[in-house]
Amino acid sequence: MMNTGSRHNRLIPMALLFVLAIIVFSCAPIVGMNTIPLSAVLHPASGGMESNIFWKIRIPRVCISFLAGAGLAVSGMAFQAMFRNPLATPFTLGVASGASLGAAIYVRLGLVFSVLGISGISIASFAGAILSILLVYGLTRARRGFSTATMLLAGVAISFFFSSVILFTQYMSDFSQSFRILRWLMGGLEVVGFESVLNMAPFVISGSAIIIYMTYELNLLMTGEEIAISRGVSVWRTKKILFFATSLMVGGVVSICGPIGFVGMMVPHICRLLIGADHRYLTPATLLFGGAFLTLCDMLARTLIAPAEIPVGIITALLGGPFFIWLLLGKTSSKRGII
Amino acid sequence: MENTIIEIVEFSFSINSRAILKDISLSIKEGEYISIVGPNGAGKTTLLKCLDRIHKGGNGDIRIAGKPLDKYSQKELAQKLSYVPQADGRISPFTVYEFVMMGRYPHLSPFSSPGKRDEDAVHDALDITGISEFSERLLPTLSGGERQKVFIAAALAQGAKVLLLDEPTTFLDPKHQADVHRLLERANRERGFTVLSVTHDINNAILTSRRILALKDGAVVFCGPADKFMNNEILYKIYEKSFLFVKHPQTGKAITVPEVP
Repeated sequence: MMNTGSRHNRLIPMALLFVLAIIVFSCAPIVGMNTIPLSAVLHPASGGMESNIFWKIRIPRVCISFLAGAGLAVSGMAFQAMFRNPLATPFTLGVASGASLGAAIYVRLGLVFSVLGISGISIASFAGAILSILLVYGLTRARRGFSTATMLLAGVAISFFFSSVILFTQYMSDFSQSFRILRWLMGGLEVVGFESVLNMAPFVISGSAIIIYMTYELNLLMTGEEIAISRGVSVWRTKKILFFATSLMVGGVVSICGPIGFVGMMVPHICRLLIGADHRYLTPATLLFGGAFLTLCDMLARTLIAPAEIPVGIITALLGGPFFIWLLLGKTSSKRGII
Repeated sequence: MENTIIEIVEFSFSINSRAILKDISLSIKEGEYISIVGPNGAGKTTLLKCLDRIHKGGNGDIRIAGKPLDKYSQKELAQKLSYVPQADGRISPFTVYEFVMMGRYPHLSPFSSPGKRDEDAVHDALDITGISEFSERLLPTLSGGERQKVFIAAALAQGAKVLLLDEPTTFLDPKHQADVHRLLERANRERGFTVLSVTHDINNAILTSRRILALKDGAVVFCGPADKFMNNEILYKIYEKSFLFVKHPQTGKAITVPEVP
């Protein structure tokens, strides 16, 4: 009874996010260089060009952007809770750089393999993500304790280091590989057919499922490690599981879309303002809004300078920079204790 | 109420091969109220953290309710002990109700929503601590005193019968200090909570607790009834400083007052 108030307050933004996600998901495939007429949508087998564009290009692309947005946003949310810092994201911690490096090396070596139908580049990215998390964590442990500042510094250092290794890899590649790596580093969602979707989905879905399973632990980690332990959380075990889950998601997303920045920072913040910090509600909200947000950004990327396309990573970075400044200067966030 | 709840036998603990606790032996009975005093760096906080396994390891034997500490899972331990850390100034944006409900974690499973029992425990904790009226406010909007009550409420809601507190009143104004002391006393007397409280406030330790544990350089220098504690022979050993005493106007107990040069 005492808490019905806040439950009520959560219901409206939650419903709005749900509606937004549905609208975005259903509108995004129609909007583009050519608007798709309804008849083409309804007759996928007709084989007409518009029907092909809709079913083989637009729908997979919307699925990819939704999955990628949801995965990156919820990873950011988990990092922010674990490190108790709003600036902890897959990027600031070097996880995305690790994943990128894995993918760049895969491209440079011209590898082509797959395991159980999952493409090698995703596995290489996942390995890179895990590696960078272990490095960040190892560095902070070597300095004793779990200080957040050390962890972020280690993340930034590793991020720079990996970026230069990526540049080096690119420099050592031939022209076509080099272009492929460069274009992919800008972040993009151009996919054809459902192969990439089927490749990314298991990573994002299993990672999110683990996060959803750990919402109580995320809440407690956010209040501080000592409190979490005294409430009964096995902190180190929990962190290992969360590292694994976030690496899955970041690796799965980055291998296909490249490092798309700022989604993992902006989306959880906005959701926290709307829903509050309780991860039982924040997690579904972040998944929904993350998906809708990146799909919207991609819609902009496809239409702003049509017929050409802007890499979606540029759009999110253009939105993310000012958002970052707003966060630093804003009164609301400091009042709500987010920064 | 005469059962031993915590039994520490010759416990030592070191960090980076520096001994923080040396051969601590201590037995605590259910329902006791013990103040832990001593100079900075004496190992008071470390002792609490070792009991709650925030620090793991150490040599010697610790038993909680008869069972060795390392045989407990963290969740089981959380049903026996709860801990209120020193205020660290970093406050997450939860509402008071949400935060106190998190105390119920050791009683919840991953997909179960908090049930009637959990809600009752939370309301009860909010009532004892007198913070029901701001249960919907966000933690960052509270004053230090209000926040400390919230932290204690969360520990009470946890349903563990032993409360470990690390300097619960250090940063509070006199009114909130009195509030916190009163509510800890009530929890101890009326609800049977065992209280272990680290403090620098010797006078309050004397007035609130029956037993005092004094640590210095990681070793026990005094452990006994509060009225035997207030003499300069003991206090000088602990603080390397002598004190002036007067009688407390209500209780007649000796308390210290500051010297005038």
